[in-house]
Amino acid sequence: MERYWDKSIECAPLHELRSLQSFRLSQTVRRVYENVPYYRQRMDEAGVKPEDIVSVKDLHKLPFTCKQDLRDTYPYGLFAVGMDKVVRLHASSGTTGKQIVVGYTKNDLNTWEECCARALTAFGCDNTDFMHVSYGYGLFTGGLGMHYGAEHVGMTVIPVSVGNTKRQITVIKDFGSTAICCTPSYALHLAETMEEMGLTKDDINLKVGVFGAEPWTEEMRTQIQDKLGIKAYDIYGLSEVIGPGVAYECSAQTGMHINEDNFIPEIIDPDTGEVLPDGVQGELVFTCITKEAFPLIRYRTRDIAVLKREKCSCGRTFIKMMKPAGRSDDMLIIRGVNVFPSQVESVLLSLGNTSPYYQLIVDRVNNSDTLEIQVEISPEMFSDTVRSIEDQESIIRAAVESTLGIAAKIKLVEPKSLQRFEGKAVHVIDKRKK
Amino acid sequence: MLKQISIFVENKPGRLSSVTKILSENKIDIKALSIADTKDFGILRLIVDNTDKAVDVLKKAGCTVTQTSVIGMSVEDRPGGLADIMSILYENGIGVEYMYAFVSKPDENTAFVILRVENNDKTTSVLEKNNIRLLSSIDVKNM
Repeated sequence: MERYWDKSIECAPLHELRSLQSFRLSQTVRRVYENVPYYRQRMDEAGVKPEDIVSVKDLHKLPFTCKQDLRDTYPYGLFAVGMDKVVRLHASSGTTGKQIVVGYTKNDLNTWEECCARALTAFGCDNTDFMHVSYGYGLFTGGLGMHYGAEHVGMTVIPVSVGNTKRQITVIKDFGSTAICCTPSYALHLAETMEEMGLTKDDINLKVGVFGAEPWTEEMRTQIQDKLGIKAYDIYGLSEVIGPGVAYECSAQTGMHINEDNFIPEIIDPDTGEVLPDGVQGELVFTCITKEAFPLIRYRTRDIAVLKREKCSCGRTFIKMMKPAGRSDDMLIIRGVNVFPSQVESVLLSLGNTSPYYQLIVDRVNNSDTLEIQVEISPEMFSDTVRSIEDQESIIRAAVESTLGIAAKIKLVEPKSLQRFEGKAVHVIDKRKK
Repeated sequence: MLKQISIFVENKPGRLSSVTKILSENKIDIKALSIADTKDFGILRLIVDNTDKAVDVLKKAGCTVTQTSVIGMSVEDRPGGLADIMSILYENGIGVEYMYAFVSKPDENTAFVILRVENNDKTTSVLEKNNIRLLSSIDVKNM
């Protein structure tokens, strides 16, 4: 039986949802126009007045907000309320340039908790569960976001944060954690460490895994589920929009339902900015329609995804987003071909006996791009003869080439020689940028 | 038949040093070794006095290790000593995957060769038929 946190909204008829969105959108636009000089200026430049935005259909008239806009207005330039109303700040790690600061009012925190509670309920969690939070606590939204969401559901929250993997496993085992949230790569690292400690999935009580904050593949899901003996669910979010809980999977696991009463999604052509129809892959754009402190208007996420409005077996009417193929930031262009690191991961895991730990090294030699894929050797691949190891390398090379469409050098490396990141995994070293 | 340990060693400074250090710290004696090297990695193959312990400590240290059955035989330490045996193998249609030699005590006039072939049973019986002395793991331990 499908469980809902708030069935009336999660399963609301589309026309009701639409009118709610339209109302909230027009209110939000009016508010940002009045309170945020930056938005007012951008709208004036585009010749749009708040009264032009009366329904969701008018959304496309509004200018986009990009990451650069957030940097330009750092730290509080896009806040739509006075700081006396702001009760929390988070920041998203700026891998390039300045970090980005986001703020929340009390109501914003409630909205966030609601979003996470809907997700956790869809994953089958309730107030009898123990939630092991090994997302990082701090400026990163993952830890505190899931923490309060789980508390809101009434779960027993274990705020472990990141680090000290062996201790984490002891906590999972001794405290009887039934649910865990972390990055998918950290989940695999936990499984690996459990093996080293001589423990199996039968020694722990976990049944649900909540994974997000980095792209992962179906193959990785299967591995995590097998190794930890859990059902693994995808949750999506980004700090700029609110944090985890923007979208979540249901029992059908055929995409993530977007909390549309709070966030309006669009898919656009990343080059032209043109809005694309449902079912077409493009860049995901969000407009926050309930947030008070930091209501982003048409924010370009740089995530590549597909939206699908279809009848879902779970009963929810919220539109579904298909797993981002990757962040457009992560996308590499190698010899003119678009490559997502997640494609490589997919290939490796589909081969069965390879390890999921890899790193792409991109370089430019004599004006030509080179791609080297370092893969940790697994015990199953290893043999005493050079020939059979080289055969394995050829299999990987052929599979990678047929998936990516470009040739790559495969280099096998020792187990655990590639870094395990307890936050987000870094899969690419691009030396061309030097 | 002997048990050989193979260890995956990436081509980077310090790897051989750290692998052999693990063995040394665990008082494991290396009786014979060879390295197969490619551009990016090597396979360090070892015959040691305590195979099980060696595998255990290497795995615990995070090494990728595998065990293979190989044939150890003694070869007369004279010109043509090895050639004689190779021609026996050739005549019997036995292909050699790889092999390496070691000398235990120089005064005994005997060298030892480790053979890796596809079919250990067939090779063993061919060699025995031709009066080639094969090494047991006890022989190796006492070397």
